[in-house]
Amino acid sequence: MAGITSFGGYIPRYRLSRMVIVQNMAWYFPVIMAVAGGEKAVANWDEDSVSMAVAAAYDCMAGHDRKGLDALYFASTTMPFADRLNAGIVAAALNMRENGVSNADFASCMKAGTTAMIAALDSVQAGSRKNVLVAASDQRRTKMATMFEMFYGDAAAAVLIGNEDVVADYLGSYSINCDFVDHYRGQAKEFDYGYEERWVRDIGYGKVIPEAISGFLAQSGMKIGDFAKVIYPCYFGGTHKAIAARLGIEKERAQNNLHAVCGDTGTAHPLVMLVAALEEANPGDKLLVAGFGQGCDVLAFEVTDKIKDMKPRTGIKGSLANRVELTNYQKFTKFRNLITADLGIRGEANPNTSLTVLWRKRKMLLGLVGVRCKKCGTPQFPVYPTCVNPKCWSVNDFEDYEFSDKEAKILMFTGDMLSPSVDPPAVYGLIAFEGGGRTMFDFTDCDLNQVKVGMKTRMSFRRRQTDNMRGFTGYFWKAVPQVEGGGK
Amino acid sequence: MATGIRDKVAIIGMGCSQFGERWNDGPEDLMVEAFTECLQDAGIEKTDIQAAWFGSCFDEVGVGKSALPVSMSLRLPNISVTRVENYCASGTEAFRGAVYAVASGAYDIALAIGVEKLKDIGYGGLPEFSTAMGTLNQLWMANFTAPGGFAMLATSYAAKYGIDMSEVKRAMAHVSVKSHANGALNPKAHLRKPVTEEQVLNSPQIAYPLGLFDCCGVSDGSACAIVTTPEIAKSLGKKDLVTVKALQLSLSNGTEFAFDWDGDHFVTTSKASSEAYREAGIRNPREEISMMEVHDCFSITELVTMEDLHISERGKAPKDVMDGFFDLGGGGVPCQVDGGLKCFGHPIGASGLRMLYEMYLQLHGRAGQRQLEDPKFGLTHNLGGFPFMNVCSIAIIGKQGA
Repeated sequence: MAGITSFGGYIPRYRLSRMVIVQNMAWYFPVIMAVAGGEKAVANWDEDSVSMAVAAAYDCMAGHDRKGLDALYFASTTMPFADRLNAGIVAAALNMRENGVSNADFASCMKAGTTAMIAALDSVQAGSRKNVLVAASDQRRTKMATMFEMFYGDAAAAVLIGNEDVVADYLGSYSINCDFVDHYRGQAKEFDYGYEERWVRDIGYGKVIPEAISGFLAQSGMKIGDFAKVIYPCYFGGTHKAIAARLGIEKERAQNNLHAVCGDTGTAHPLVMLVAALEEANPGDKLLVAGFGQGCDVLAFEVTDKIKDMKPRTGIKGSLANRVELTNYQKFTKFRNLITADLGIRGEANPNTSLTVLWRKRKMLLGLVGVRCKKCGTPQFPVYPTCVNPKCWSVNDFEDYEFSDKEAKILMFTGDMLSPSVDPPAVYGLIAFEGGGRTMFDFTDCDLNQVKVGMKTRMSFRRRQTDNMRGFTGYFWKAVPQVEGGGK
Repeated sequence: MATGIRDKVAIIGMGCSQFGERWNDGPEDLMVEAFTECLQDAGIEKTDIQAAWFGSCFDEVGVGKSALPVSMSLRLPNISVTRVENYCASGTEAFRGAVYAVASGAYDIALAIGVEKLKDIGYGGLPEFSTAMGTLNQLWMANFTAPGGFAMLATSYAAKYGIDMSEVKRAMAHVSVKSHANGALNPKAHLRKPVTEEQVLNSPQIAYPLGLFDCCGVSDGSACAIVTTPEIAKSLGKKDLVTVKALQLSLSNGTEFAFDWDGDHFVTTSKASSEAYREAGIRNPREEISMMEVHDCFSITELVTMEDLHISERGKAPKDVMDGFFDLGGGGVPCQVDGGLKCFGHPIGASGLRMLYEMYLQLHGRAGQRQLEDPKFGLTHNLGGFPFMNVCSIAIIGKQGA
């Protein structure tokens, strides 16, 4: 039976208290005080929808062979490329097979994540694919002092769809599609344009979600009481409750919309909430998940015994625990490039990305794939044709070796105030991987004062540079020092 | 069997421009300034020079590519001129080219000249190099700078020897204090003010744990040398010849960066210096080396280099530094006698030759207030790149017969 065979999540480490926004911007638009409670998750300056999707995808693939994936579906409304398969970047970061796979972007709608799941489930049910990874992610920039700024958070989630060792059996789906435009983002526009909230609440979320869920129940013959959790995004707290009341969902069975701890994460949100629900689910639990946006997708699952056999993962719960408060509102606005700060002449360099080099070295640059010498066994990165071991020096006698999932230890580091950075000092250092291999990486998600020689690191796929002149976004891997409790 | 370079080539003239922020001068002016002094010192005609080697590093922002800038600036008589670039060893590489050319017998008299005009880029520090590192490296290398690259060495050195960072910082501070004291005695230096340990320790942080005064200056400058065989030198009437005793180069091959290394020393310097002592016939460098000009791009570089030159024992450089072993008149091996990169700044292509210039002056007893008593061997050292991936050059020159 088709269903979810694994799941993972990623919520960035920075949390911005909504009170911080209020303190800084309520003078301009006092209405934001109405939703001043809680905090939202904020992507670091070097993260975007693609990098967060990679993090969630790795989390999801813990204990699963990434080479066994037949397709990767990436859902987002904030993809860095309008023409270049964004799912392809995620796939390369996962070092997926290239031949015999079919990747796709699902875009332009808040429910693209659930639609991608339906497509994945359909193809597995049809027997045309065995393992499809669905990753949904959004990192939406918002204008300052808006309700969107208050509500939106950044996150990603991923589910693996397959038919072996299924942890949540797929019970079916139902969708409504209609051109209800509560907000939109036109071509080449930076920010969402929203319409009156009262209408969005009453005729949008409050009507479309219940209709879709009712439609599913009528189609399947199931009852709302059959579900241990009903999962639907809606950042209006009152409306979220009203939907539950209208459908007869008991309070504790309505999955928390995470407004208080991470905000609404857009395309990712139905999956983020689903993963959060799966993390707490018991075998036999039935889950109903809805994705809202120009209609509504509804999918039903039943958790199996296999959920107990899953390898530990960070997930939504672990990501939420890895938390650092961003107390500086200006820093947040700079991270999102809402304000202009001077990087200095040194920061003006804008090297073009050689696409021929990127193609030739795609495994290295996107997958952090090095080699292991077949003769002496030394893992190495970067790769030169001659083995780095001075006692070996054999030529071109290598096999691929992945560093992306390897822990390492810091050998030397610095925090550099001269290097142009959005978040100075630029922290970087030389790290040595468990099992061999070493090289120098930028560090991220760390506070220089907490970094020590000998500290463990884990690798994280990040946005390396944005070439605003040409519109190209480059990625590479950074090391994240593992400070207990995430630091601070 | 190779016999090495010892005493096969003599330096008959050297020149060095005023180093500093030469806002009103271009590289051509700096080269002519150094060359004029050099030619006068050698006492030969420009037309006697048969070939030249030219060191410059940041051609993108300085002179441009090729060796034409030298041939044009000095109006050389259509002779062979070769441009060499090997990071911070570029100046010493130019010297090496000229010396080897004479030693091979291909030419009688050759010129080595280096220049860098750094103060035309509009910002402090060395030019940004993200577009100068190659099309692959620029897609993945960490966002690093020169101070950051070397600053890392302090963290691993402190960890390796279990020394508190505050102690390492204090030794680093003394390195800078000593160089400033020397530079204050040198009219050609860029920075001529003595500094105190407190000033150094309290200077703003550039790259942890390096403060501003742990970093060398950034200057414009040029230096050059004319070399020939000892026989020709004598035929020109030269006495008390200064000859080349050793020239060594060692480059990283990725071992430090990608295989095995504690981050506590310079693999290349350690090797190049051993080879240089062997070539020069020096058995006990701590006793026999009279003076040194080492690559103090950052105070931590100089500190650690004392061990790789086999002058200080491993882990003991901070003690030697604090004991004043490298100070002028400290009773040990005076280091950065002219003020070092610390006070001269680091116009990259010129630095190696600027170091040799001071050794040459000292060996001829022409170093003024800085003059040491009867020096025999002077060692110069350049370290280009980064602690984990670099080019190291060592030169030893001395009195003929020493």
